[in-house]
Amino acid sequence: MYMFKYVLKRLGLVLFTFCVIMVMCFVLIKLLPIVVTVQIGQDANIIYRQLEARGYICNVVYNSTTKLWTYDTVPIMTQLGYYLQRIFVNGDFGIGVSMAEYRNQPVWDVFMEKLPPTVLINTYSTIIGVPIGLGLGILAALKKNKWQDQVISVGIILLISVPSIVMGLIIQYIFCFRLRWFPLTMMSGFDYFTWPMFRSMLPAVFSLCLGSIAGYARFTRAELTEVLTSEFMLLARTKGLTRGQATLRHALRNAMVPIFPMILSEFVLVLSGSLVIESMFSIPGVGRLYLDSITYQDYDFFMLLSGFYTLVGLLAGIITDISYGFIDPRIRMGAR
Amino acid sequence: MENTYANIPKEKFEFASGRDMVHDKRLETKPRSYMQDAFARFCKNKGSVVGAIIIIVLVLFAIIVPFFTPYQVSYYDTYYTSTLPKNNLFASTSFWDGCEAREDGLATFTYYYAMGQETGHNAVKNQEYEINDEGMYVYRLDSYHKTGMIYINFTLEQYQNVQSYQDETGRQVIYPTVNYSDRPQATQDQQNANYYYKTEGKFSTKIVYDEDGNVIPVYSKRLASAEATDRYTSSMRIEGADGFVGDDGETYYYNYAVITSSGVQCRVNYYEYFTYYHSYVLKDGIGEPLFMLGTTGTGQDILTCLASGARFSFLFAIGVAVVNLFFGAIYGSIEGYYGGKIDLTMERIADILAAIPTMIVITLLKLHMGSASQVLVLFLAYFMTGWIGMAHTTRMQFYRYKNQEYVLAARTLGAKNRRIIWKHIFPNALGTLVTSCALVIPSMIFSEANLSYLGIINLSTGNITSVGTLISAGQKSLSTAPFIALFPSLFLVLLMLSFNLFGNGLRDAFNPSLRGAED
Repeated sequence: MYMFKYVLKRLGLVLFTFCVIMVMCFVLIKLLPIVVTVQIGQDANIIYRQLEARGYICNVVYNSTTKLWTYDTVPIMTQLGYYLQRIFVNGDFGIGVSMAEYRNQPVWDVFMEKLPPTVLINTYSTIIGVPIGLGLGILAALKKNKWQDQVISVGIILLISVPSIVMGLIIQYIFCFRLRWFPLTMMSGFDYFTWPMFRSMLPAVFSLCLGSIAGYARFTRAELTEVLTSEFMLLARTKGLTRGQATLRHALRNAMVPIFPMILSEFVLVLSGSLVIESMFSIPGVGRLYLDSITYQDYDFFMLLSGFYTLVGLLAGIITDISYGFIDPRIRMGAR
Repeated sequence: MENTYANIPKEKFEFASGRDMVHDKRLETKPRSYMQDAFARFCKNKGSVVGAIIIIVLVLFAIIVPFFTPYQVSYYDTYYTSTLPKNNLFASTSFWDGCEAREDGLATFTYYYAMGQETGHNAVKNQEYEINDEGMYVYRLDSYHKTGMIYINFTLEQYQNVQSYQDETGRQVIYPTVNYSDRPQATQDQQNANYYYKTEGKFSTKIVYDEDGNVIPVYSKRLASAEATDRYTSSMRIEGADGFVGDDGETYYYNYAVITSSGVQCRVNYYEYFTYYHSYVLKDGIGEPLFMLGTTGTGQDILTCLASGARFSFLFAIGVAVVNLFFGAIYGSIEGYYGGKIDLTMERIADILAAIPTMIVITLLKLHMGSASQVLVLFLAYFMTGWIGMAHTTRMQFYRYKNQEYVLAARTLGAKNRRIIWKHIFPNALGTLVTSCALVIPSMIFSEANLSYLGIINLSTGNITSVGTLISAGQKSLSTAPFIALFPSLFLVLLMLSFNLFGNGLRDAFNPSLRGAED
């Protein structure tokens, strides 16, 4: 019951934070002048009427002598009302306006189309990264202060210090330019589960997972060494368990308490991906869409993606907190 | 049991020492202050010391180098783009000599080989080459000389200026021109000043040799008796002061300029022209072209850009960190000291601000302050998200100390809130705050590099550049000139590595509970 209340409270807080941030974003965006770019072959009338229909402007008048369109802006809070109404009643997040590629396309559909590459790349990276990272961390902790540990520790500090931007460059130069093992950028198309597509994703996956391998390994090593030196390990050995049994049943389990929430939150964070890696390897993912929406000032896209990124960040935080409670019996029981 | 000590006569007792007073023994060891202790612990960790030394070197690099490089960040050279790094000390080796190993066919090779034959500025390093089994020419191409000749339009004044430079220094800048009709006819070749020799046919660039195997120059010439049309008065003539005798027995002079509507068009050696232009016209301290770390794809000196970028990054990061520290400390102090409803409200505000992704903050700021300086946008964005961590640290320290007895004592003695906050509690938090302040610096530089790379922030205006801008410039020419990205990347990696090592040591050093743990 306590956990239920706790979770509810945390969720409420997250929802509140999210709403405040989104309202802030909306207001700040709507304070900007409305960008109306009439491209060749487009009818200005349609664009203005569209904006009027969406409740962003009113009293649209075309002055045929000056050839200028004039309009009044609607109060921002009223606009927000229309916006929320469309989202909740029609599930309509707006349509693309200024990005040539996505003009007049529903924002939500484009977003869903862009999500798979981002999620796939980050999922692959997690799938590769977690076992290797944990394995190295465990090895280093078990062989503490032996040469294996020294090698792994030096590797960890080197990998952690190489920023993803440089890691991406190195991988791109060595594996893509020099050795030509992989194509330079990700293939286009929607067949995500074919071998050539997978191969073209690999450089990005490697650039992402090398850093996280180091992170996992460092964390696991620190946690496990602490657990291994605690007294219940001594007791386990005195009871007659072999070193392997004791490590597996007692040390690892206890070390997993802080490690597992970290992996979980990483798994949520993979959704948001890495903007740098995505732009370096030209991955047609959410990050690219977000950067484009900033460059071309497409506000509907910007709102949706801002909401997405904010939500992912908030969820990662709350999942870490809650999973701590579920995993660790000490925390769960202690609350009563 | 019998008590043996019950009745000891009084006279059996005597003082332990001869004196009446017993003093504490004087401490024989030297007292160690907290800072000394921390310093000793820090020095024990070899990795951190190395990290600290690297940081100092990087900071010195950023401070000193911009004063000693003659180039400016805003200087772009149109011909020396993607020029390879060169250092005169290594000029005779095949490393760091500004040359690249090439393997070319006859046509490309002879094009470069002929350049050196005319001027002595060897595009093929030392005019040394080998022919491999496949008949390809293997040689080292000097990226400082491979531009060779260019056509330049001078005004008459500039033209005379070059001539007086030639007379003063004895360095030949202007070489005889080649008539339009004698150059190869393809458009790109006609504007290329490097064809001074006879080629096979109008559209071929293949060299024709004479019986001795030399190229046949096709310079524009005039009879010695004819009036000089190019107003060439310098004594620097490749044919000698007295002209040369042609096949028909007449004495000829070469033409060194073609008169145009606004002055003259000359054929100049770009290496020499660069030297002349910088040492004689601009007098900006640049002599012969020499780029220690090469140039970018747009012709900027990488060493200058990197040092200036690093200096900007350091200054910027320290500036932001100090402002964050200041604001965060005040905010956290108020939160932590007063607690209750004030704390709750202020914490919620901080929570909400912390939950907004930095990227969104920067974007919104940039959209709203479109015309303002990008540096200001970045500064505000880092400030808006950065102070929260500082406030949090301060708040924790306040919660830890505010109910301790000494604070209670101070309050009882009548100390005001402000005095308790600043004099009694805040100094406890200062150590942790300064440490976290130092550790924020590399992450800020890293994040700035990311933002510049993504093109969200563009800092390369005027005389400012940043490491991130350099990296993104390097990535564009990664296939042709990988060294452009190498040096900024190396700088960033070294910075992160040293700060990671340094930070580990600093954390341990300021943690008194670790005292003696390593021994």
